[in-house]
Amino acid sequence: MNWTVLGIWLGALLSLSLYSFLYKDNPFYKFAEHLFVGMSAGYWVIYTIKNVLIPNWWDNLVPSEGGMQPVWLIPGFLGLFMVLRVVPKLSSLSRLSLALIVGTGAGLSMTAMFQTNALAQVNGTIIALGQGGGWFSWASNIIIVTGVVCGLVYFFFSKAHTGAIGQAANVGITILMVAFGASFGYTVMARISLLIGQTQFLLFEWLPTMGIHL
Amino acid sequence: MATFVEKLGDIDRRIIFIVMALAVIIPLSVRMSLPIPISAGPSLDMYNAVDALPAGSKVLLSFDYDPSTMPELQPMAIALAQQLMTKDIKIVSMALWPMGVSLGNEALISVSDSLGREEYVDWVNLGYKTGGGVLIVRLGSDIKSVFPVDYDGNPVDDMPIMDGVNKLGDFDMIISLSAGDPGVPAWVMMAGDRYNIPIGGGCTAVSAPQFYPYLGTGQMVGLLGGLKGAADYETMVRVGVENAPAGTATPGMAAQSVAHLGIMLFIILGNISYLVAKKRKGGVK
Repeated sequence: MNWTVLGIWLGALLSLSLYSFLYKDNPFYKFAEHLFVGMSAGYWVIYTIKNVLIPNWWDNLVPSEGGMQPVWLIPGFLGLFMVLRVVPKLSSLSRLSLALIVGTGAGLSMTAMFQTNALAQVNGTIIALGQGGGWFSWASNIIIVTGVVCGLVYFFFSKAHTGAIGQAANVGITILMVAFGASFGYTVMARISLLIGQTQFLLFEWLPTMGIHL
Repeated sequence: MATFVEKLGDIDRRIIFIVMALAVIIPLSVRMSLPIPISAGPSLDMYNAVDALPAGSKVLLSFDYDPSTMPELQPMAIALAQQLMTKDIKIVSMALWPMGVSLGNEALISVSDSLGREEYVDWVNLGYKTGGGVLIVRLGSDIKSVFPVDYDGNPVDDMPIMDGVNKLGDFDMIISLSAGDPGVPAWVMMAGDRYNIPIGGGCTAVSAPQFYPYLGTGQMVGLLGGLKGAADYETMVRVGVENAPAGTATPGMAAQSVAHLGIMLFIILGNISYLVAKKRKGGVK
C-alpha cells in the first residue's frame, strides 16, 4: 500500500465517520471531529510560523546578509502583546496591537467600503428606465428602482406603515423575501455541491482502491 | 387521528438524508448527463471578458479558497487556467488564503503540462501573503517588494513573466476565486474601484447573491457562482477543443439537479402537510 492509497483510505474513513452523525452522535464522529480540529490548529500554527512569521518578520529582523534590523523588533513586540491576552496582568498591552490593527483597517477601508458598497450601488440604481433597450430592460429597470425604493420604505420607521406607505412597505418586504429566497436557493446548491464533491471522491477515488470501478 | 399527508410533516429526518444521498449517488454512479445550456448571464460575461483579452496579456489569478470549497472552486480554477493558457495569456497567481497556494499550483501544473506551457514564462505562483485588503493596497504600488520571491523561493526579478509587472495596474485583468473574506469584495474594493482594473471572479454559491450587485454596476466583468458557474465555464471552455479533459463540475450538475428536485419535493410535501393539519384544526378557512 503506497502513501496515496493510505491517504485516500484515511480520507474516506474520516468522511464516513463524519457523515455517521446524520444517523446520531457516536464515537466515530467524535473522533473525526476532534482529529480535524486538533490537526487544523496544529497545521495553522506551523503554517503561520513557516509562511508568515519567518519570511515576513524573522528574515527582516535578522537578514541572511548579516546584521540585525532593530526596527523589526517593534512588530515583534506588537505580536507578543497579542499573545499576552492569556496573562491577565499584562492583557491590557494587547490593546496597543489591536488599536493599530483596527485603526489601519478602518483608515484603509472606510472610504473604499463606502465607495464600493454604497456610492457605486446608489449610482447603479439611478438609471434611465429605457436604458439597455427592449422590453426586458424596461421591466428590469422598473423592478430595480421600485424594489430599492420600496425596500427602503420598509425600513423607514418614523411614519406608520399605513395607506400608501404601508403598500410600498409590503412591496418592499416582498422584494426582500424574493432576495432571501434566492440566497436560500444558492445556499442549498452550495451544500449539495460539497456533498457531490465528497461523493465523487468516495465513488471514483476510494472505491477503485478496492477494485470497484463504477 | 393524523392522516397520511399530515404524517409526512413528521417524517424522520434520517429518511430525508437517505433520499438525498441516493439522489446524489445514483446519478453519479450511472454517469447521468443533463444538458447545460449557456445563456446570457454572468458566466458568459466572464468567458467573453477573458476571451476578449489579446494574446500576451497578463492576468492576476488569486486563489482565495481552501479545500473545504474545492468541489465548487477547483473546477473553475482548472477551466480558467485552460482558457487563459490556450489563449497564450500569462498567469501570475497568488493567494489570499494559505491553502489556496497548493490548490492553485495543482490546477496550474495540470493544465500547463497538458498544453506544454512553461513555468516562469507562461505562469508563476507567487504564493501566499497575509493581510487581505491591506496587502492588495500594497500590491497596487509595488508587487515585487511584497513578493520578492515566488512560492518556491525563486527571485521574481529573474522571471521573464514578471518583466513589466510592477504594480496591479500592469495587469489586464484580476480574477479572484473566492470562498469568503478576503476574496472578491477585497479585490473589487481595493483594486477594481481604486485602480480601475477589470475584476472577474468565481465564488461559492453561498456568497454569489452578495456579489451580484457588483455585476449590475460594472464593478465586476463576470462571475461564476458555485457548481453551476463552474459547469458553465467547463462547458464553454471545452467547445471546439479536441480531447479536452473532463471536468468534475459538469458531471456533478446532474446529481445537483436530481438533489434539487428531491428538496423541492420535500418542501412541497412539508407545506401540504402543514396546510392540511392547519385546516383540520380550523386554522385555514
